[in-house]
Amino acid sequence: MKMQTTAPSHTATSNPCKLCSPLGACLVFKGIKGALPLLHGSQGCATYIRRYLISHYKEPIDIASSNFTETTTVFGGKNNLTNALKNICTQYTPELIGVATTCLSETIGDDVPQYLREFKSEQEPNARLPHIVPVSTPSYQGTHMDGFHAAIKSLVTYFAAPLPRTQRVVLFPNMVSSADIRYLKELLADFALDHIILPDYSCTLDGGPWDGYQKIPSGGTSVEDLAKLGGFAFAIELGRSPAGQESASAYLEHKFTLKRYTTGLPIGIQATDEFMQILETISRQSPPQAIREERGRLLDAYADAHKYCFEKKAVVFGEADMVAAMAGFLLETGIIPVLCATGSHNGILKAELEKLSCQSGRSLEVREGVDFEEIHDISRKLKPDFMLGNSKGYSIARKLGIPLVRVGFPIHDRIGGQRILHLGYRGTQQLFDRIVNTIIENTQAQSPVGYTYM
Amino acid sequence: MGTILKERKQQVFRKGEDGFAMACERNSAAGSVSQRACVFCGSRVVLYPIADALHLVHGPVGCAAYTWDIRGALSSGPELHRMSFSTDLQERDVIYGGEKKLYHALCELIDAHSPKAAFVYATCITGIIGDDIDAVCRRVEAEKSIPVLAVHSAGFNGTKRDGYRAACEAIFKLVGTRSIPEVYPYSINILGDFNIAGETWIIREYYKQMGVEVIATITGDGRIDDIKQAHTASLNVVQCSGSMLHLAKLMEAKYNIPFIRVSYIGIEDTSEALWEVARFFKDEKIIERTQRLVAEATHKSMSLVNSYRPHLTGKRAAVYVGGAFKAFSLIKALRLLGMEVVVVGSQTGRADDYKRLRSMCDEGTVILDDSNPVELAAFSLEKKVDIFIGGVKERPLAYKLGIAFCDHNHERKTALAGYEGMENFIKEVYASIMSPVWRLFRRDYAGAPGGR
Repeated sequence: MKMQTTAPSHTATSNPCKLCSPLGACLVFKGIKGALPLLHGSQGCATYIRRYLISHYKEPIDIASSNFTETTTVFGGKNNLTNALKNICTQYTPELIGVATTCLSETIGDDVPQYLREFKSEQEPNARLPHIVPVSTPSYQGTHMDGFHAAIKSLVTYFAAPLPRTQRVVLFPNMVSSADIRYLKELLADFALDHIILPDYSCTLDGGPWDGYQKIPSGGTSVEDLAKLGGFAFAIELGRSPAGQESASAYLEHKFTLKRYTTGLPIGIQATDEFMQILETISRQSPPQAIREERGRLLDAYADAHKYCFEKKAVVFGEADMVAAMAGFLLETGIIPVLCATGSHNGILKAELEKLSCQSGRSLEVREGVDFEEIHDISRKLKPDFMLGNSKGYSIARKLGIPLVRVGFPIHDRIGGQRILHLGYRGTQQLFDRIVNTIIENTQAQSPVGYTYM
Repeated sequence: MGTILKERKQQVFRKGEDGFAMACERNSAAGSVSQRACVFCGSRVVLYPIADALHLVHGPVGCAAYTWDIRGALSSGPELHRMSFSTDLQERDVIYGGEKKLYHALCELIDAHSPKAAFVYATCITGIIGDDIDAVCRRVEAEKSIPVLAVHSAGFNGTKRDGYRAACEAIFKLVGTRSIPEVYPYSINILGDFNIAGETWIIREYYKQMGVEVIATITGDGRIDDIKQAHTASLNVVQCSGSMLHLAKLMEAKYNIPFIRVSYIGIEDTSEALWEVARFFKDEKIIERTQRLVAEATHKSMSLVNSYRPHLTGKRAAVYVGGAFKAFSLIKALRLLGMEVVVVGSQTGRADDYKRLRSMCDEGTVILDDSNPVELAAFSLEKKVDIFIGGVKERPLAYKLGIAFCDHNHERKTALAGYEGMENFIKEVYASIMSPVWRLFRRDYAGAPGGR
């Protein structure tokens, strides 16, 4: 096994395979009912992140900014933050404001939690204030995934308090699509589990048309539910946490009496089996017939298509958890993930791929902390049959003359990125059909015969 | 629940109301979801299309990641501008300074890509940690023998407009550093067109037909060598709302090159732009060629206008753009189609821009400065607009409300400038408004929002 994880040999980042942490935090706050994200920093951060998210979700995405000026930068951001909170309350009447910092406010040393305490104490005693949840997301630390997890952790630490035990379940789904979250809700309901999903942007970032303007789109994890977290019986966390960092579910387990389960993203049969096992254990129910049938159909498809897949080579890139899950799924179909790459540098991908490498006895190239230039350089030598990842890989796929199967975030060059289902037997089925058909289509297009059957 | 924030009362007007005095050119209210970006964005937008330069963003990865290949600024040759380069500053760099990293990154990238020049963009963070970007640029310039230009674009240091200015100053350092063997008497620079979907090529072709030499296109399909010799032109023709006005003024002061402001949006303004250039040179042949070009192109475009006008007459539009100059042209262009602009605004208009907008608009039209989604949606619904013309951030807003949309910003893939552009514009407006999907959004349809 080749586990190449040394630091990159160059200084500059060319075509980054990661985004900055405030983006992840904004996404989480978009999954809370009645919430508005506020970025404490320059206006550009909010505008760029809005544009980036809008191009994927095709939904209005309002993110406020405290709009730093030169004066703010010299004297600190307290006034701007205070005014921003007031204006947001006036214009949006939110239930929650998620305040994420930026590189600017972090570097000048703004103490946002202290500013918020002062803000609250300055309001009239009877004033009805929204919940204001701060999260530290300096863009020079980690990637958007770190911002995503940090915002969830902030919400949990803000809300969770000791409460009488209930039988409820909280599921932390990781940064998955709106369709994935809808699927997870359906699945947990199938197991009759009383649950919440944190965050839940299944409707807020993939909803129908509006009758009038909705200042904050409906849907999302409710503040009332978050306030009950301390009494929950179970937490399920999809995806892995970096070593030495306590995830939101680990915090709940440590602080309260909840039982915690973690597993990778359920993509592929084995990974989904593991997830189903957790649901069975918690619910003390075996999977409903419909789910068993979905699993059967997926396995049947694996058999139907195994000859197209065997030892085909794929380059997989994106967020570490997504890449690890995709690699596991590809390996069980006979496709070799010859390169697994991510822009983050926290050991998650390396650890997960080590496990897969041992199981499969395959030599897999794993790169953490890479940019798309490096992915391109390595891919050229590996001669892959296709790429699997977000739309930012398109320019490489085009240069290599191979197809890109689009998964994850962002999908900026297709419609429906928010509706791609990745998870469970059902999501895997859709993915598998797309991948196999991509391989077949490529073969068919290059064949001089032009077979009309497969 | 306030649709319009207290601080913004003087930035929202209706024509016909008393006391019109737009409180523009000021910082956005904290907490308002402004559609504006930052100083860095202004600089990045202007310099982005220079295709044979290295564009290195000195800061954490976000600023570079969000501006990677996001605009439709085409190049006829090199495409280095479509890549995203960043020093990707980490916590230790913020503590110990990023100059060394910048130096190494620059040297490496210049060796790898052999650009004709390099632009180094300052971001919020480099503005704060006190990196001496100018010194690093000077050092690398000396070592690599290409111009290495610092762009002072720390995000918090003003508005997008200040970013334009910083970009113009960086470009100005290049101007005059290269001579050409021949000086053309009838020569211009095209300023402020970014070759979105090939628009600079369309415009350049008109000037070619008129017999006017184009020395440099700044920055659409831009090249460093052309910019270096831009001082040899007789006239600067500046389009857009002032993104390049500062450069024109700098060149006028130093090289005595006069400038004119034009717009290539719509038949009327395109013709006027070409005429202005022809009139400037006072050459009979140029005037004659211009006359022919304008007459033929106008005739062709007008026949399209006439065939579409009956379908579009009476339709109502909302227009929200970056700089107000484009709004003037759009109002005229839409009027030609029989359409009415009922909401109009810009991110960074100036007081005299808004006065002019007011004089152009019909009674009751809502005029906005530095607006936000809540206001834009509220006025679009109130004024029952049929189509919203704006940028990517406004598109989903329009669609959610069941309103057609036309992208007139930098990400589009359709040329909208010149006569060809006007024809594309008409077709797009028609296709958007006439799509049958909006009928399903009608409030009285079962299953539709608020439906039975």
